[in-house]
Amino acid sequence: MKPAPFAYHRPSTVAEAAQLLAATQGKILAGGQSLIPIMSMRLASPAALVDLNHVPGLAAIDVTSTAVHIGALTRHAALEANDAAYLANPLLRRALRHVAHATIRNRGTTVGSIVHADPAAEMPAVLRLLGGIVEAVSSERGHRSIDSADFFVGPLESALQPDEVAVAATFPHPPGGSGSSWAEISRRHGDYGLVGVGSLVVLDEGRRITSASVCLISVGGTPVLVDVTDASSGTTYDAVDWTAALELVDAAIDPESDIHATAAYRRQLARVLTGRALAQATADAIARVAA
Amino acid sequence: MTTKMFGQRVPRVEDPRLLSGQGRYLDDLGHDALEVAFVRSPHAHARIVDVDVSAALDVEGLVAIYTYDDLDGRTTEPLPLLIPHPALTHGRTPYALAKDEVNHVGEAIAMVVASDRYVAEDVVGLIQVEYELLPAVVGIERSRDGGDLVHADVPGNVAATMVQEVGDAATMIAAAGHRATLSLSIERSASMPMEGKGVLARWDPDDESLLMHTSTQTSTSVRQAVAAKLSLPVDRVEVVTPDVGGGFGVKIVHPWPEEILVPWAALRLGQPVKWVEDRREHFVSSAHERGQLHEVEFGYDDDGHLRGLSVRFWHDNGAYTPYGLIVPIITSTQLLGPYKPGAYRVEFQSLYTNTVIVTPYRGAGRPQGCFVMERVMDAIAADLGLDRTVVRERNFIQPEEMPFDHGLIFQDGRPLIYDSGDFPASLAKLKALVGWDDFESYRSAARAEGRQVGIGVACYVEGTGVGPYEGGHLRIETDGSVVVSTGLTTQGQGHQTMLAQIVADELGVSMDRIRVTTGDTRRFKYAVGTFASRTAVMSGSAVALTARKVRAKALRIAANALEASVDDLEIVDGHVQVKGSPGSQIDLGAVAVLSNPLRYAFDAGATRATQFAAPADPSVPPVPENDQPGLEGTDYYSPLRSTFANGMHAVVVETDPETAEIKILRYCVVHDCGTVINPMIVEGQVHGGVAQGVGGALYERMEYDAAGQLLNASYMDFLMPYASEVPHIEIDHLETPSPLNPLGVKGAGEAGVIPGSAAIAAAIEDAEGFAIAAMPISPSELFELRRRHAGR
Repeated sequence: MKPAPFAYHRPSTVAEAAQLLAATQGKILAGGQSLIPIMSMRLASPAALVDLNHVPGLAAIDVTSTAVHIGALTRHAALEANDAAYLANPLLRRALRHVAHATIRNRGTTVGSIVHADPAAEMPAVLRLLGGIVEAVSSERGHRSIDSADFFVGPLESALQPDEVAVAATFPHPPGGSGSSWAEISRRHGDYGLVGVGSLVVLDEGRRITSASVCLISVGGTPVLVDVTDASSGTTYDAVDWTAALELVDAAIDPESDIHATAAYRRQLARVLTGRALAQATADAIARVAA
Repeated sequence: MTTKMFGQRVPRVEDPRLLSGQGRYLDDLGHDALEVAFVRSPHAHARIVDVDVSAALDVEGLVAIYTYDDLDGRTTEPLPLLIPHPALTHGRTPYALAKDEVNHVGEAIAMVVASDRYVAEDVVGLIQVEYELLPAVVGIERSRDGGDLVHADVPGNVAATMVQEVGDAATMIAAAGHRATLSLSIERSASMPMEGKGVLARWDPDDESLLMHTSTQTSTSVRQAVAAKLSLPVDRVEVVTPDVGGGFGVKIVHPWPEEILVPWAALRLGQPVKWVEDRREHFVSSAHERGQLHEVEFGYDDDGHLRGLSVRFWHDNGAYTPYGLIVPIITSTQLLGPYKPGAYRVEFQSLYTNTVIVTPYRGAGRPQGCFVMERVMDAIAADLGLDRTVVRERNFIQPEEMPFDHGLIFQDGRPLIYDSGDFPASLAKLKALVGWDDFESYRSAARAEGRQVGIGVACYVEGTGVGPYEGGHLRIETDGSVVVSTGLTTQGQGHQTMLAQIVADELGVSMDRIRVTTGDTRRFKYAVGTFASRTAVMSGSAVALTARKVRAKALRIAANALEASVDDLEIVDGHVQVKGSPGSQIDLGAVAVLSNPLRYAFDAGATRATQFAAPADPSVPPVPENDQPGLEGTDYYSPLRSTFANGMHAVVVETDPETAEIKILRYCVVHDCGTVINPMIVEGQVHGGVAQGVGGALYERMEYDAAGQLLNASYMDFLMPYASEVPHIEIDHLETPSPLNPLGVKGAGEAGVIPGSAAIAAAIEDAEGFAIAAMPISPSELFELRRRHAGR
């Protein structure tokens, strides 16, 4: 379990990093929590690593009036602990607590997790649920913003080009009157979820549901976003029946059997967790309105 | 008065060192050594057509590549079959490096020695092996079919068939008022020590000797094996066990191919050579356990008394049988637990598959047997509508029936005779601890909240302290400190503490004056090893006997010096004194000085032992006849047979009606390992065992596909429980001393793991209302079981 030989580069600017990445056809090293194990098992043998860790300014967490902006070196743990981000968007902390173990979150980066595009990972689904954006830079084509709707292409596959450095991600704040939740079941504490569901529910002033959506992990090749507004809207929070929403989710997902769970069991979890997540998000919306 | 240490919760003397990172494990040693990596088979079953190393030869840092053809002398022979048995008619062992054929993914084909492990792995990637694929035999059913063979010369894949019978089981079952059958299965798991295997070998050309460090459970036997395989005189080989990061059984197997190949290469190259196993290697090239299928037939009367029991089972022994039939023999005998089976017949077949070898893992065949017997007890209770503990009570061997002879032969080749135990008392304690009689009201209350709960109980008996022997050496130094050595090895259990407690009491010295060494053949040459929960029984007894011997000598010398009678002396806090008269005393260091008549003085203490220091009796030699200089001694303990510990677990689970998640709400243990030397260490052993029991019941399995690929060969997918998955464990003790050894102790190392699957299955069954016949069980499997039962 030792990696094959690779060149190591330590750029000090994003431009230099992008240049090196293009020139070496290497890989970006940020937190390394997925990349290094893969390299140690020689499942990947990049010719070069371009280490972003010495590029200043990439670890910031910027909470504006509209969004939480994070850099490529923002660790999961830093974002999880950031109170301003939590106040603006509690879903971030709620989901991050399900990302692996604390020691992994101390080193692993949220942008790195998004770019890795594991269909079992939480933060890609959060980005997708909130309609977030990934900022990318290439030495040849410059900067571009990639909408989360276009970003996740397949399992471990994103729209990021091999010469692009993902430098930041933006999580827009959920609208006023909204509540959110994250529900997940894993085999052991800290494992990838057998199924995980993020939920966002928006209430109007009459506490009627005006929009409701869920984003599920581990039930398809990418995070599966399902708008269940039509299955619920108009009803007030305490009279809502989510049965139709569960049917929508069931129709949208395509889980597979693996060594940890059958597809049928994942479908069951998707239904149960969707119901729980929507109920929790609704309760959260009520609590936030009341507070 | 010296405080009595035996029986106290003495903090482990090992912990400050180990917990502050001061441990010295195999990979902490030998930074100057060349390092090794292996080309291992990616196929479960194949003929090796060609090994082409040409692309690898130019790698900078490469020192040597070896294949089978490079081996010489006895290294070309198959590795030893460690424990032969008359029933093992078709035992097969691997070669150190595969010759012509590979029989499981992970079998070593070529050995690469390089400047470091990185380079060695680079070279491994460049060696091309051409294979001719053969059909892979995976799983017990496939092996039993016998359509494809693992070894062409082993018909039906059957390594062994063994039958034991007491009474006429078929007749007794037929004559019983009630009869039933069960089909049961247990999946594979593995020891999975945090530290894998590792070997460091240094050849000293000047001394013509080999010094080898290996992460083993038996250094003395590795020494014999390496000397034999490398054709070296035994006295030119020493084997040292450094700190070992867990064994749990897998490291009692020896010599591993690497334990032969690494010293062989060191000798050949004249340089230190080291190999440290990585996790993936450990998954595919060490050992697994547990996989068995059982067909059970039994008869019982209206009161739930078992009248006859017939068990037929199939044991998956993997690709080779270096450790003989130990696991299935233990299953077949320990299955009986604390019960009288009426008549009993057991027949097993040990079958080859193209998978990693199967050798003992903590519990060693007992969890399977316990699962089977406890399923039988629960089935009887369910059929007759009796309380499950009542059925157990009615079938228990009673205390007045001890010693109880089952009429079977145990794994040590000796009769299966329980020496002591009080099973009704243990069960009563357990019922009180878990609140068995109040459970129905708890169940009703939970049900009112929409929660589904269940309770299960399982009992076991464990043969521990297996012979043939262990020894101890003890020396009191001239500074009064005590140096103790025993030949078996330690893997973190707290042996140094436990043995020092025994010595402290026997000698009357304080713990901090005692140093204990284990597993170093330079210090102690005759030993068996650490397995079968035997250290406290075997080395504990041996060290106690040794201490008594040295104490007697100390008293004899002190009596002379104090001009007192031996009978009037006692040792208090390192001083020999006339009883009740502390003014007349001599410290043990001074006694040690006097024990060794000297010609040359090198310090003030030594001066006391020189020839002109004191008047001496000129009519006797300075060292009397039949005596030896020095205050030291060696003694051995060899038991008549194993001593049998027992225990009972009760588990309360909650199963989620929607998600099928299984949560352990309570885990209660009543444990009887005879006289307890250190309750804290015993409880720690039970905790660790329970953790592995929970793992085996709810999380762990080896996911082989039909082609023999292990799909979950990493800690990401092989789900050992974290601390977050292990429940709080409530423990009560019962002490029924063993009459077989001087300390009255029984083994405690494996106990906690044994009834885990049985008790947890029973609790899930109780919560769900349908039978659980296969373990482990995951939420997904419970969900699928529910669907099957709902569809009926």
